Amino acid sequence: MSTEGQLHRAPVLEVHNLSASYNRKPVLWDIDFRLEGGQIAGIVGPNGSGKTTLLRNIMGLMEADSGYVKLFGGDLKDVREKVSYVPQRESVDWDFPVSVREVVEMGRFRSRNLMRRLKAQDQDLVDQALEKVGMLEYAQRQISQLSGGQQQRVFLARALAQNADLYLMDEPFVGVDAATEDAILGVLSALRNQGKTVVIVHHDLQTAYQYFDSMILLNTRLVAYGPKEKVFTKETLQEAYGGRLTVLSKLSEVIAQSEFPVRERGFKENTGSGDGGA
Amino acid sequence: MSMEAFYIILTGALVAGSAALLGSFLVLRKMAMLGDAISHAVLPGIVIAFLISGHRESLSLLIGAAASGLLATFLIELLHRKARLQEDASIGISFTWLFAIGVLLISAYTGQVDLDQECVLYGEIAYVPLDQISLGSLGSGPRPTLIAGGLFVLSLSYVIISFKGLKLLSFNEDYAKSLGVRTQLWHFSFMAMVSLVTVLAFEIVGAILIVALLVVPAATAYLLSRSLIPMLVLAVVLGALASFGGYYLAVALNGSIAGGMVSLAGALMLITVLVLRFQKAKANPKALK
Repeated sequence: MSTEGQLHRAPVLEVHNLSASYNRKPVLWDIDFRLEGGQIAGIVGPNGSGKTTLLRNIMGLMEADSGYVKLFGGDLKDVREKVSYVPQRESVDWDFPVSVREVVEMGRFRSRNLMRRLKAQDQDLVDQALEKVGMLEYAQRQISQLSGGQQQRVFLARALAQNADLYLMDEPFVGVDAATEDAILGVLSALRNQGKTVVIVHHDLQTAYQYFDSMILLNTRLVAYGPKEKVFTKETLQEAYGGRLTVLSKLSEVIAQSEFPVRERGFKENTGSGDGGA
Repeated sequence: MSMEAFYIILTGALVAGSAALLGSFLVLRKMAMLGDAISHAVLPGIVIAFLISGHRESLSLLIGAAASGLLATFLIELLHRKARLQEDASIGISFTWLFAIGVLLISAYTGQVDLDQECVLYGEIAYVPLDQISLGSLGSGPRPTLIAGGLFVLSLSYVIISFKGLKLLSFNEDYAKSLGVRTQLWHFSFMAMVSLVTVLAFEIVGAILIVALLVVPAATAYLLSRSLIPMLVLAVVLGALASFGGYYLAVALNGSIAGGMVSLAGALMLITVLVLRFQKAKANPKALK
């Protein structure tokens, strides 16, 4: 999780002065940041803070009012093969009559091969993706027979089958069981180890610090971005979540966690001494 | 089976098959009422085609109808995407507006001529055997049956060629866009097919029948299927079954054939729902209490 290496890499994702609105109500205002590759980044903020809108703008799924996005230094349409999108699980009909495998195969669909059969190498990538998320044995199941966590793993496998360099995921941890959470985290760190980049929309402050290397803290405006140690301060969190009493009451707890991250808490308690942040 | 009965059932089954193939994707995309919308929206196209050509010859009127069916599709898209209205509201506005324009044009310009959609387009399946066309050395056959056959071949080819694209688009349109698939182009090719089938079919079999055939067999098959290809096959079979059974139901009651076919398709749907519910109750008695 060293940050030195990342400084020398070209930014994978740049967002410049982006503003966007729904029905004339501003949802994003003048968002400007750049993200280096080879890390897991979280887009974090309270409900309605524009997290999903930011992701949809990056993927070109809605029009911005102003500003622009660059991916790998270029336009999305030139680097589509390198970018994979995982929509919110609730955004599709899980009673749709397709099997797990058919959904993951969609990760190999391209504009140019839609009227043709998938090649053997595409099928291999589908198998590998199913294997990585532990869903190979469920490949022939209809998707309505899956649990929420399994559905999420199918979406993840579909993205992995794309074999991209940048993965944009919308709330992959919502409503999943512990096994799926572990599976997702395992896949994420494997991707990071291959030098790939993952950007995740996430609403849960409690786990954000544990999951991500860096964070983009959002509340319509950009509150803070950078390495998580710098973003997770009392001041920035208060700015993003300020006025939300239920969250504020949890704030001290979250900050305590950020000073002593979850993974190292056990160690600290056992020995009575800890060296703080990672 | 008399020759008349055979042609009526065959024509009904071919139209039902075309409608079931496309209707399955309408049901999956939650746009089932689009057939109804298009069947109203074609009126201004018919009137304008009549005003330009000056006669009621059916080919030019069909072209006008198909063009205004497509216009309705564009209008629905425009209201939904650009004005950000809900899809159902966009459909409701587009087809009533186009229908009203058609009514206005009829009342203003065609007062002396007997032109309304009943006489021009709303066909009656019972008259199918009467409209014979010569096929040279092959003898002769009813024109509507031949058109329905062509329509079925066209729909089947379209669904086979576009299967992956239609599956992707119906399941997850945003994801399709993220892959760089030109979803608008796919959408309009699909809508053009739905317009064509709707317009041609209700010249052959009548309006109620085509609107019902687009939705009912496909929705019944959706309830019974776990996979897309079996769903499409089942929808076609259910459509053909409704055509066959509906004809004899109508003969038995000495009633409308189109009415018989739609009633039977509805009855098959109802039986499906009841059987599925019964099975569920048997598997898990507490769930329904």
